[in-house]
Amino acid sequence: MALEPGTLISPAHAAAVRDPAWRGRVAWMLLAALLLWPLLVLTEFRPWQLLQPRSLRVTAHFLAGFVPPASNRDFLALVARETWRTVAIATAGVSLALLLAAPLALLATAALSVSSLAGRMAVLPFAVRQAARALMVALRTVPELVWALLFVRVVGLGPTAGVLAIGLTYGGMLGKVFAEILESCDAHPTRTLLANGSGRLQAFAYGLLPQAAPELTSYAIYRWECAIRSSVVLGFVGAGGLGQQMDSSLKMLAGSEVATMLLVFIALVGLADAVSAWLRRSLR
Amino acid sequence: MSRDPVAGPMLRLPASVSALRVRNSWVLLAALALVVASFWSLDLHFSAFWSSEAIRAMSRFAAEFLPPDSSPAFVRKVVLAAGETLAMSALGTLLASMLGLLLALPAAYTHSRAVWRVPTRLLLNGLRAVPELVWASLMLIAAGLGPMAGTLALTLHTTGVLGRLFAEAIENTPPGPAFALRTQGAGPAQVFLYATLPQVAPQLLSYALYRWENNIRAASILGVVGAGGLGQMLAYHLGLFQMARTATVLLAMLALVLAVDATSYFARRAMTR
Repeated sequence: MALEPGTLISPAHAAAVRDPAWRGRVAWMLLAALLLWPLLVLTEFRPWQLLQPRSLRVTAHFLAGFVPPASNRDFLALVARETWRTVAIATAGVSLALLLAAPLALLATAALSVSSLAGRMAVLPFAVRQAARALMVALRTVPELVWALLFVRVVGLGPTAGVLAIGLTYGGMLGKVFAEILESCDAHPTRTLLANGSGRLQAFAYGLLPQAAPELTSYAIYRWECAIRSSVVLGFVGAGGLGQQMDSSLKMLAGSEVATMLLVFIALVGLADAVSAWLRRSLR
Repeated sequence: MSRDPVAGPMLRLPASVSALRVRNSWVLLAALALVVASFWSLDLHFSAFWSSEAIRAMSRFAAEFLPPDSSPAFVRKVVLAAGETLAMSALGTLLASMLGLLLALPAAYTHSRAVWRVPTRLLLNGLRAVPELVWASLMLIAAGLGPMAGTLALTLHTTGVLGRLFAEAIENTPPGPAFALRTQGAGPAQVFLYATLPQVAPQLLSYALYRWENNIRAASILGVVGAGGLGQMLAYHLGLFQMARTATVLLAMLALVLAVDATSYFARRAMTR
């Protein structure tokens, strides 16, 4: 509210113009500043270091290399090969994850329980379902980067570590979400099939799958898109692909190569995003 | 213009089943080809896993993790690194919320003209497209090893994410209060501060908290490239083959992630009830 200068203000009006909550606001501000201080100390946050001449010179030199991006033929061929490897690592990883997730999700789905048809689920099936859930929690709680670091130690540098890391972490995630999707389906057809003597796999194939198939596929495609992004990141710990190449160019401060690879990476992510959006739209 | 109710767009027949089947078969075939080509082109060494020698080597590797190093001095260092991780994520999210709000205004069509909107959206997309870990290794060049590089990396990526979410939230606010203030002659800043912001503040806060949750997870691994926190300790001790210490750091990491998950789960349940 803008008051013209020279407006007469009655005492009641003056009280209305003054912010009635100023005491609380000031107190919150002080508290926030008090909490912020240790954060700044712990993170060694000293932005002025960025502006020191030595650091500025290195940064400027590195950034100046960005234009023009590297475009000689050998390098572009290398980037194309590594980009394909990135996509291949993501695809192979998600395939492994699906192999892992499908049985785990079937094991964990309570709607496929025969014993629960007659009231409460029996003890052994309950224990098996909880064990499958716990395994999936364990798989997806460890970040894929940590899996990759550990596997690089076991199998050495290269795509195997990346594929295994994505397979394990995404297996846990896909399994959990698949089980949730199956649980959220209408359980009536499944229960009817089970009650009439069909096996669990038959009940799944004819009761649950027809309802859940679009959603299951859609989520798997979405995870493939995420896997492409994360397979670039995994390259930074030596799991092959575009990330590993980017890491070595960064270490050599080769700005033009980094610029090319960043552009390729952004284009790749955009492309994966578009493909996945198109596929998922056509499922509806 | 009158529309024929029978030939309206609502009543058009869906594509024929056989045409859909043909298209789906092609998509499925393409997906299968991609999977086969992926496995074929990567030199994967899975067969090495099943030899008895490999299994023995792996179990030896796993056995070295036990028992985790629990000497008080080392545990204190791990707790300090966990604190550093938390601080990085909190400061990164805080800075990103401020920057994100600053960029969300020109990015939201209700508060800006196209001249500003298009470049701001491009900037936000670029910030978001590059993952935190890649930002962190870029920041190492300017900021050197340590948690500041990680904090800046989190800030940059999260600014891109939050800026877009904030802009969408601002665009979706009911326009009534803003209109009322404008008709009274309030300037753009006053309209934003007294009409739009109070309406969207709860949503902005919940977005920021959600990103903080993500960032704690991200911050714990960012250090792998040298950007501070638990990740840096993990990479360091794993690099030196000090498996007992690696195990302690891994346990701390898992505890942090599980604690964040549990807190957010119970907070959500308490708030929705």
